[in-house]
Amino acid sequence: MSKILAITGAGAMSECMRQINPDVVPAFPITPSTQVIEDFSQFVSDGKVETEMITVESEHSAMSACIGAAAAGGRVMTATSSAGMALMWEMLYIAASMRQPIVMSLINRALSAPINIHADHSDSMGARDAGWIQLYAENNQEAYDNLIMAPKIAENMDVRLPVMVCMDGFIISHCVQTMQLEDDDKVKAFIGEFETTYPVLDTEHPATWGALDLQDYYIEHKRAQHMAMKNAKDAIKTVSEEFAAVFGRKYELFESYRLDDAERVIIAINSVCGEIKEVIDERREAGDKVGLLKIRSFRPFPYEEIAAALANVKIVTVLDRSESMGAYGPLFVEIRTSLFDAPEKPMVYNRIFGLGGRELFMSDIHDIFDENKTYLETGKVEKMFDYLKVRGG
Amino acid sequence: MPSLQEMAKKEGAFAGGHRMCAGCPVPIFTKMLTRVTDGYEIVAGNATCCLEVASSIFPYSAWKIPWIHTAFENVGASMSGVETMYRALKKRGKITKPYKFIAIGGDGGTYDIGLQSLSGAMERGHDLVYICYDNGAYMNTGVQRSSATPMGAATTTTPAGEQSYGRQGNRKDLTHIMVAHNIGYVAQASIHDPVDLSEKLKKAIELDGPAFINLLTPCIPGWKIAPDMAVEVARLGVESKYWPLYEVIDGEYKINYTPKKEVPVTEWMFLQGRFKHLSKPEYSNVLDAIQKEVERNWNWLARQAASVELLSAEVN
Repeated sequence: MSKILAITGAGAMSECMRQINPDVVPAFPITPSTQVIEDFSQFVSDGKVETEMITVESEHSAMSACIGAAAAGGRVMTATSSAGMALMWEMLYIAASMRQPIVMSLINRALSAPINIHADHSDSMGARDAGWIQLYAENNQEAYDNLIMAPKIAENMDVRLPVMVCMDGFIISHCVQTMQLEDDDKVKAFIGEFETTYPVLDTEHPATWGALDLQDYYIEHKRAQHMAMKNAKDAIKTVSEEFAAVFGRKYELFESYRLDDAERVIIAINSVCGEIKEVIDERREAGDKVGLLKIRSFRPFPYEEIAAALANVKIVTVLDRSESMGAYGPLFVEIRTSLFDAPEKPMVYNRIFGLGGRELFMSDIHDIFDENKTYLETGKVEKMFDYLKVRGG
Repeated sequence: MPSLQEMAKKEGAFAGGHRMCAGCPVPIFTKMLTRVTDGYEIVAGNATCCLEVASSIFPYSAWKIPWIHTAFENVGASMSGVETMYRALKKRGKITKPYKFIAIGGDGGTYDIGLQSLSGAMERGHDLVYICYDNGAYMNTGVQRSSATPMGAATTTTPAGEQSYGRQGNRKDLTHIMVAHNIGYVAQASIHDPVDLSEKLKKAIELDGPAFINLLTPCIPGWKIAPDMAVEVARLGVESKYWPLYEVIDGEYKINYTPKKEVPVTEWMFLQGRFKHLSKPEYSNVLDAIQKEVERNWNWLARQAASVELLSAEVN
């Protein structure tokens, strides 16, 4: 039976994995994703799933085993964070390029150095060109819902790409929130049976996987991968509509919060959006026309849709929770690109915040809206790029 | 065990027309993979290496069995995934036939960059045979030294020069490291002896659990030998005791071949261009050190094997 329960974000991920009951889960512990795997291991030991676990000796091997298992012909899931995904880097590209529909919970955490275990997006943003679909979530419920939808998106025959389901480390992964846990059978029925494509275990039709691909074919294969990622946009929309029909919660490529008549907008990713919504509600009470555009799908990136959603907006503050040293933040770059062909371009500027887990409080978000109000009134963006809440700044 | 003639009549795993170098002995063992046993579906995985590159140039493939390559350092892990999915699907009744899994890597991909994933795969107990074809350097990238390169060999990263006699120090003994994993079957074999090799392959494949075979495999360009010399050079590697043929079954050592006469290691070395510089008189101490190491290793092995014989005699 569907039920409301209080659970951590990591716990929600392992519950969802229990419901999905994947064939193989290779995994390696790393904070803050460890609880996902610990809880799931208990489900395996208690016979609540039929999954075979592979307790590998590194994350590089975790992703390598994911690729081998998926190519063999079954459903594969794993979880990691930060340095763990950095160690997978080479294999992330290979998973995507070999078109394996692997689903991974990524509990976002800062990359070293200095070593830090708390939330920022340097891990997933660094992997944005690896060829994975990236879905982000504000809270436990959204992360859980994204994980239910992920296999269906990944395994779509026009897509066949891996999906990374991201949430903020500790802030979401370790904090208890209430959420709707759906009925096991309903989740299983929604996802359906895994369909194979040229499985390695088909000895009657032996396939060669991972061939050497030189100048005469490589670029065609990369182009095919590009088209699959384009198709992923439609698949995310379709699966989200199917999800809404079954479970009642509606998701788009991004969420528009009080955006219709908004003049001043913040664009952000993940947990900080919860506080931003609270601040928007407060300011709306006072008649301030502010809104939020919250990214759900960062890869594929919905350029045209975002441009349309911002058509009447006058100023946009893009919050990046990761750095691209020597450049603007990765989200800012995409937003500016989205707006380049817009007939009425809003003012757009970039703020870096929250690296290594530093909190942004509601008062800080009020400051952002105060600042972009001044920018709009003076018609001048004083600082295109800056850090928020940093000493010596 | 079927005879070599009978085995040759069976369907091989590996087709001709691949792009290995003329005279490369690697296909000797790849062709055997489906010929040494009956009753199993055979699936192979490859680390990035000469064999991987030369057997799978898209859109062609020399592999007649399912085969997967993902990267250089991880065939132990990627084949752990394939083998585990087999068990998962078998448990769910989606597969009924018995399968066996082979992982193949060169010495660079096994002794060095792939050692961790190999160790993990063996320790976890996957039903997997790992074959390392040891040609003593990174041959695919153009003969750079690996931890399997023998002392004194000139490679492109340990060239002989005014101040260097080539690779310094002793090579790593990976076979011993694999014995320390307490797995059911570990062996050293050589491509010059197809009877011994096919028997070892059969034992390794039929074993329920992880097995490891380290296979001496001369490299034509890397060892600087003529294309018709690979088998002869491998034979002398064994006759000189540089590469003892032995197996370790459940931790018990057995030497499979004891040379009939003493052959100095220099007879093996000077068939190869990579040791040519060591013929200079000033390197006699290096040659002595190499000979001494070969004898030390053989004597150590002989003691292990003798203690096993002694124990079994006492039991009987």
